Amino acid sequence: MKSRHKRIAIIVAGIALLAIAATLLLQSFQSNLVFFFSPTEVFEGKSPQQGNFRIGGLVETGSIKRNGTDVSFTVTDTVKKMDVVYTGILPDLFKEGKGVVAQGKQGADGIFIADQVLAKHDENYMPPEAADALQKAQQYKQNAATAGEVK
Amino acid sequence: MMPTIGYYALVLALVVALLQGVLPLVGLPKNNGKLFAFATPMARIQSLLVILSFIILDYAFYANDFTVYYVATTSNSNLPLIFRLAAIWGGHEGSMLFWVAILAVWTLAVTFFAKELPLRFRSSLLAVMGLISVGFIMFILFTSNPFERIFPAPFDGRDLNPLLQDPGMVFHPPLLYMGYVGFSVAFAFAIAALLDGRLDVTWARWTRPWTTAAWVFLTLGIALGSRWAYYELGWGGWWFWDAVENASFMPWLIGTALIHSLAVTEKRNAFKAWTVLLSICAFSLSLLGTFLVRSGVLTSVHAFATDPSRGLFILLFLVIVIGGALTLFALRAPSVGLGEKFDLVSRESLLLSNNVVLFAATGAVLLGTLYPLLIDAMNMGKISVGPPYFDTVFVAIMVPGIFLMGVGPIANWKKASVPDMAGKLKWALGVSVISALLVPSMMGRLSPMIFVGLLMAFWVMSSVLTSMKIRLDAMPSATLKQKLNTFGRAYNGMLLAHFGLAIFIVGVTMVKGYEREHDITMQSGETKVINGYDFKFEGILPIKGPNYVAKQGQFYVSKEGKQVALLTPEKRLYPVQGAIMTEASISINPVRDIYISLGEELEEGGWSIRVYFKPFVQWIWLGCVFMGLGGILTITDKRYRIKNSA
Repeated sequence: MKSRHKRIAIIVAGIALLAIAATLLLQSFQSNLVFFFSPTEVFEGKSPQQGNFRIGGLVETGSIKRNGTDVSFTVTDTVKKMDVVYTGILPDLFKEGKGVVAQGKQGADGIFIADQVLAKHDENYMPPEAADALQKAQQYKQNAATAGEVK
Repeated sequence: MMPTIGYYALVLALVVALLQGVLPLVGLPKNNGKLFAFATPMARIQSLLVILSFIILDYAFYANDFTVYYVATTSNSNLPLIFRLAAIWGGHEGSMLFWVAILAVWTLAVTFFAKELPLRFRSSLLAVMGLISVGFIMFILFTSNPFERIFPAPFDGRDLNPLLQDPGMVFHPPLLYMGYVGFSVAFAFAIAALLDGRLDVTWARWTRPWTTAAWVFLTLGIALGSRWAYYELGWGGWWFWDAVENASFMPWLIGTALIHSLAVTEKRNAFKAWTVLLSICAFSLSLLGTFLVRSGVLTSVHAFATDPSRGLFILLFLVIVIGGALTLFALRAPSVGLGEKFDLVSRESLLLSNNVVLFAATGAVLLGTLYPLLIDAMNMGKISVGPPYFDTVFVAIMVPGIFLMGVGPIANWKKASVPDMAGKLKWALGVSVISALLVPSMMGRLSPMIFVGLLMAFWVMSSVLTSMKIRLDAMPSATLKQKLNTFGRAYNGMLLAHFGLAIFIVGVTMVKGYEREHDITMQSGETKVINGYDFKFEGILPIKGPNYVAKQGQFYVSKEGKQVALLTPEKRLYPVQGAIMTEASISINPVRDIYISLGEELEEGGWSIRVYFKPFVQWIWLGCVFMGLGGILTITDKRYRIKNSA
């Protein structure tokens, strides 16, 4: 093979390799994206039926029930509620009435099976997702109110 | 009074930094030696002013001067002294001042240790550093003044976040910043070279020790941060692919690429434009990292919206520095030239592949870090990128890179022969395959990932030994000491750093492959068998710390009747912020950690407890220490102590 041909072959092989690598990378990227939904959005059926997603809001007061390391609680965005179960130890800042984000799947019975529960670093800080969920719910309420007036 | 002096010292520093940045550059076209002469004294005065300002702010922490708003928000009179002094980098304003202070330290170092550089070159180098300083000081003065006062002063401060009240807080940020900011020297070298239009072997030789020094700091800083997260966050992880961690990891990856490409530029006068580009990228990523972490963009993208002036300034500064540098690069790179040619198989080409691998890895991390921010900024919803993405992609990219790492050091410059290298490395390959099968059979479980991980680790170790043996055999008559001396410290340092990476990979693989996690509940007085160890829960003791109260669990861990450790995990309450903290307790030994942390006190009595077994986890940080030592060894090579070569 002439050296020019050789060089072209190497360049083509290199580009093919890069293309394969980029495809695999983006595929892995896409399959690992975890989307966030507020309880209202979940109720409206916007969340995926299969696969992981995140929910967030406030831990409803009086909803935490423990049985050994099994915990169940309710997450609310003040409009809709979602029951969550989790096995394991919760973060220090997980408290009733405080913001929380949970990652996991929704079971057939509608209960959210969390494999990760996040509550962030300091006392007054609200996870941005949880704050977002509450804000959306507020808008939802307002929209509902105006819609009611029209009727 | 003092804080006012600190503020004006900073204002004065801005003026001097402007002179330091502008005068030498004005003199550049006409080669005006008088203007060049300004650079060094101005740089020194500027640095001292900034350091003075930093010391005054830290004195306010020492003296509990709560009239300074920043002190009042990040410190407390009950805070132990060492944490009060470190609290200066516990918030946004102080860390920005700290950043400039570290830049001042590097600038001073350049004025003292780079005397052998030609006046013209050293002046433009200091000018670039001066301009960076101008940007940061302006940012501090206009948007984040740490000397702002509050009257009447609050009775006491709001305290440092309890999570940060740890020895890690004293050492981790300074090391990390020394690394981040240290790349500014490489950056300034690159810009000065572009301005000069001259880039040769001497340039690479000057730049190398500075870049390696920054890299060593960054390596140790990241390792320390990882270890801190491991014991402090209470849940035993050592790397979370958290955006803040990624922000420090990206400059490290590019910095690593830079060190390697500088080696080629120095030895072979090749990869010249590429090296310059990497220098620019490394510092740009450092800047990006600093701002991502410290501007609040990451905790919530909306922090940009709450303080638009700060966000805008940041964006503008990034655009000017990165955009300006890249434009200059585009204009001047052709004059720098690509450098010497080399064969398809050669040490150059292997180092080039190393660079491609590290660059690709950086790209993958960048994508995973910035994409959620972009999506959120465009109001398209909130997403997060799961750690599995980083794990898979990173392993896939690094495996070929690490394979080449074994080959590189034995390849010849310019042209290497594949059969020759294969012959030299066949033993190394055989030994690593066998060991990678043997270790899992001893541990009782083999998976493809464990095999690949161990194979890579043993491959690097055995090829490092092979490269040493080849060199030793070349000088049969010399004594070992003579031999090691003739290798040169740079070469030995490289091998040591590579060996460190192998140790690191062993740690990662063993932890990933064999760690055990147990969430259990225990009553006081109860004994449970976990993973072959007896855990006896003696009960809870109340503890009073300097600024917290704690419940301390007493766990006697024993194996086959012999006591292994007394572990005392704590649940702490810091009353000032009302924060509860989990303090883990760890029994460390070279082949395994036993890690225990308290969960919650249960209503029916007893506690929920998490126990981890982490085999070889300490090797992760030990490996990083070796990498750092390797870097230090490299810097001390005689070759870099150059006499006046101008």
